[in-house]
Amino acid sequence: MKDSLFGKSLQELTALAVELGLPKFTGKQMAEWLYQKDISSMEEMTNLSKKARELLSSRYEFGLINSTKVQESVDGTKKYLFPTAQGKYIETAMIPDEDRKTVCVSSQVGCKMGCLFCMTGKQGFQGQLTAGEIVNQIRNIPEWHEVTNIVYMGMGEPFDNMDEVLKSLEILTSEWGFAMSPRRITVSTIGFVPGMLTFLSRSEAHLAVSLHTPFDDERQKLMPVQVAYPLEEVIREIKSWDFGRQRRISFEYIVFKGLNDTPRHVQELCKILNGIRCRINLIRFHPIPGTPLEGTDENTLQKFKDQLNDKGILTTIRASRGLDIYAACGLLSTKELG
Amino acid sequence: MAKSEEYQKRKPELIEVAVSGNEEVSPGVHLISWKRIFSFKPGQVVKITADPALAPRIYSICSGNEESEIRVLFNVKEDGLLTPWLAGVVPGMKIWTCKPYGSFTDGNNPAFWIATGTGIAPFYSMFRSGIPENKTLIHGVRQLDQFYFEDELDWAMGNRYIRCCSQEQSCNVFPGRVTKYLEELDVLPTGINYYLCGKALMVVEVRDLLISRGVPYQNILSEIYF
Repeated sequence: MKDSLFGKSLQELTALAVELGLPKFTGKQMAEWLYQKDISSMEEMTNLSKKARELLSSRYEFGLINSTKVQESVDGTKKYLFPTAQGKYIETAMIPDEDRKTVCVSSQVGCKMGCLFCMTGKQGFQGQLTAGEIVNQIRNIPEWHEVTNIVYMGMGEPFDNMDEVLKSLEILTSEWGFAMSPRRITVSTIGFVPGMLTFLSRSEAHLAVSLHTPFDDERQKLMPVQVAYPLEEVIREIKSWDFGRQRRISFEYIVFKGLNDTPRHVQELCKILNGIRCRINLIRFHPIPGTPLEGTDENTLQKFKDQLNDKGILTTIRASRGLDIYAACGLLSTKELG
Repeated sequence: MAKSEEYQKRKPELIEVAVSGNEEVSPGVHLISWKRIFSFKPGQVVKITADPALAPRIYSICSGNEESEIRVLFNVKEDGLLTPWLAGVVPGMKIWTCKPYGSFTDGNNPAFWIATGTGIAPFYSMFRSGIPENKTLIHGVRQLDQFYFEDELDWAMGNRYIRCCSQEQSCNVFPGRVTKYLEELDVLPTGINYYLCGKALMVVEVRDLLISRGVPYQNILSEIYF
């Protein structure tokens, strides 16, 4: 099987050009074709010599992967199913909202984290995605020229696939790549500390942390990662980081009925997040098969939000999108695996 | 394991210790030890790295909390950065570790301890620390030589030590995976705690099974090997 050009960094493309005896600048030419233009084969790289194209084709494939299924919601949200090299499936959501088009990408096939509320976790861990497979989720959807924002909130824990996620961010934000502003990109973690620190030091993209409760004992029962990386350590590291004026830190908080939606939780959230300039995104929980958890009601959700805002923590409720196509990750690919 | 500039800069809470032992307890599975300098609760974990400039990995302690040494059980991952090196350490060589921490701890109440593979480590630590009363230990492996500490556990826990093996058979060993063993149990107590330790898929499958059999999710504590 031939190696893919798509997903390689400028440095890698330049190195392979040199190795093939091509001019060094061929690397940059290839990058521009791969990441900025609407082509899908080496033959279309018309500023490369015919000999160079033949040489490249003999050793490499272009590397775009087509989606095998698309579902569209009544609200315009689309969910794409992409096959992976291991014969599994990943999901990508495209969420239109007025003048924005946000793509939610997966970073792993399945997930190791085993969160109680997550459908992807039920697949267990199936494998890592390459940078090419991550970026392909943006480049190979029909809306790719219109994408305004990218969130790494699909299947998998991005910081458990650090090297490939960083490489994908490099491709997305470099001038030879997609040339997107890192301020249009948010990477979400459940609090995988070593990866989070690496990401903070090597990327300018925004960070989102899945919090879900401020209490250790409750969090441990929802999110096994709490045993390895306690919330206290996650918060301590975030507090020690200078996010500057432009970079954003947000906390994701799925609101469960009777579990994490009480005034006691408001008080504790204020306590632990004190000193962090952040936003809390409250997320409605949409039950998955076999879950013992329930989403909170709208009144309680609104009240919870108001209480947090009154305490000075900027808090918003994320609009639920694509409910009729189960846009929350994991359901479609799990069905496909079954 | 990506090299983290931040870890280089901060060297978070890591201390250098000298390895005192390295035993291959089963093909590709090692037990390394060093002198205990901190107290800990059985079930807690430590971070380990060969170099403080590299992000450490996390391992459950696999020794009793009154013992003079701390031990850690690990599988050698061929493509890993740490474990192939760790498998080759000899007494006197230095590793970096940290003060034990973590909340995967048990008390005196009845509980099921459910582990696969090297996920036995925290339960063996609890066992060696003297809290096996009222506990049932279920250990699932692929091959018979992966029942680490089998003789000791069998002698001390008797029929509260259940072995499940998915690829080989032997007397007194349930033929199949842990999930199959649990499925075939007529009764699963719902008022006790369940501690699960192992790979993600086992933890998620067992947790779902327990919940479907009426065990409140609040009674289930999981540790997943990342």
